[in-house]
Amino acid sequence: MKRAFQVHAADNVATLLSDADCEPVEVVGPAGNEVALLIETIMYGHKLALSDLRSGEPIIKYGILIGIATQPICRGAWVHLHNCASSYDTRSTTLDVESGATTDTPYL
Amino acid sequence: MADRAQTWPGYLRADGRKGIRNLVLVIYTVECAQHVAHAIAQGEPDTHVIGFPGCYDNPYAIRLLLSLARHPNIGAVLAVGLGCEYTRPAKISELVQESGRPSAWFYIQEVGGTAKGVAQGKAIVTQLRQQIQREAAIVPMSLGDLTVGAECGGSDATSGLAGNPVVGAFFDRLVHAGGTAIFEETVEMIGLEPVLLERAATPQARDALASAYAKMEHYCRSVRQYSVAPGNFAGGLTTIEEKSMGAFIKGGSQPIQGVIRVAEQAPRPGLWIMDTVPDEHYLQFGYTNPNDTEGIMDLLSSGAQINLFVTGRGSVIGSPISPLIKITGNSRTFQRMEGDMDFDAGRVLTGQRTLEQSAEELVELVLQVAQGQATKSEQLGHREYFIMYKHQQTPALLEGCRA
Repeated sequence: MKRAFQVHAADNVATLLSDADCEPVEVVGPAGNEVALLIETIMYGHKLALSDLRSGEPIIKYGILIGIATQPICRGAWVHLHNCASSYDTRSTTLDVESGATTDTPYL
Repeated sequence: MADRAQTWPGYLRADGRKGIRNLVLVIYTVECAQHVAHAIAQGEPDTHVIGFPGCYDNPYAIRLLLSLARHPNIGAVLAVGLGCEYTRPAKISELVQESGRPSAWFYIQEVGGTAKGVAQGKAIVTQLRQQIQREAAIVPMSLGDLTVGAECGGSDATSGLAGNPVVGAFFDRLVHAGGTAIFEETVEMIGLEPVLLERAATPQARDALASAYAKMEHYCRSVRQYSVAPGNFAGGLTTIEEKSMGAFIKGGSQPIQGVIRVAEQAPRPGLWIMDTVPDEHYLQFGYTNPNDTEGIMDLLSSGAQINLFVTGRGSVIGSPISPLIKITGNSRTFQRMEGDMDFDAGRVLTGQRTLEQSAEELVELVLQVAQGQATKSEQLGHREYFIMYKHQQTPALLEGCRA
């Protein structure tokens, strides 16, 4: 089974250690001890939700707040720029969700 | 477990610090002298080059140049100017001599141009190198004599899970051995104020950390720029807060003794944070670390004899003056760029190593490099440097414990 890494017991996300499709992944690491079912394709290094989250709920990794859910997120879904916003860096949610490329700088 | 008691021959400098290399440094004082400086060093063993491109001088850049000229790995300095710039090679050479190192300087205009300047420079470098080999004060040194800097660049999701945690566990070991550990990138501490403050060793350290944090956050909001790049997002990092905590982990678990600024030495061993963020100024803030190399120059300025560079996505850079050990938490990156990467911390994620085992292996590698083993970037000849205009209110180098 493919694996995802959970850093802290309070975390509600874990990081994929390989590319994975809609499949069960073993959540490992200092705090990981469950199997989570992915509900969409998630790439290596990206995060899955470990619980259902409401819009406005904190996203926790390393035991600290790393962002706020901007829409409801289901357990097993990809957590990234399209559904998680920084409390500081407002530009990041304007970037292309796949590549991180800028969309707001004019190239004229 | 790596042998903490092992000692090796080091180069004792007049200020008591010990070097692991004994290099000649060629410093140019304006971009116009850059070609001649590099031509002088071309083909010369143990001769590195740095320089400041600006014609107008800048107190920050001068402090940085002087701290690098008097770095423990440097035995001698040749300063080369064109002849009309503000920065004064004669003053650099004079202060280097006062630090107990042989030094010379000249202006390219006065010696008659490129060919004559290169010939004269090569003759001086040969003479300086022979002198520092002949007169070297060799003393035993050990892990506790090392100052090691760490930073990260080209970060991906593994940097916070493996690369930086292994560096953090290494820093814990270095501090236990009586050494000095320095990390910077306060702009990657966004959202971490409570985590940062609870690590302070003393109330004074807490005040210094709070003030560095406040300045950094004000800086980021003012320039509307956060230290996170498209490649970081593509690699799975979603916010600056997430990247920050992944970066902060390289500070390990020891108490933070306080905050030093660029070109300052840690006043005592232990774990320190370096504030490299510009202070507010009539020219506005200017830029903080515009690239990884600028951050490595800052760490060098503290006297770090070795620097660690954690890069999940992979980097090829090296550094003049001190060996740069490149570490990745991403085993795919290690395999793809094995000619450039020194250490695969990704084995922690694949289950081949525990974090503790990996940290012990890193201690062993650092000891080997300290004893002369060339890092990948040293073997490849990578010696990138970057010295820029910046403004920081820093007391004179010769005041108090900074001398």
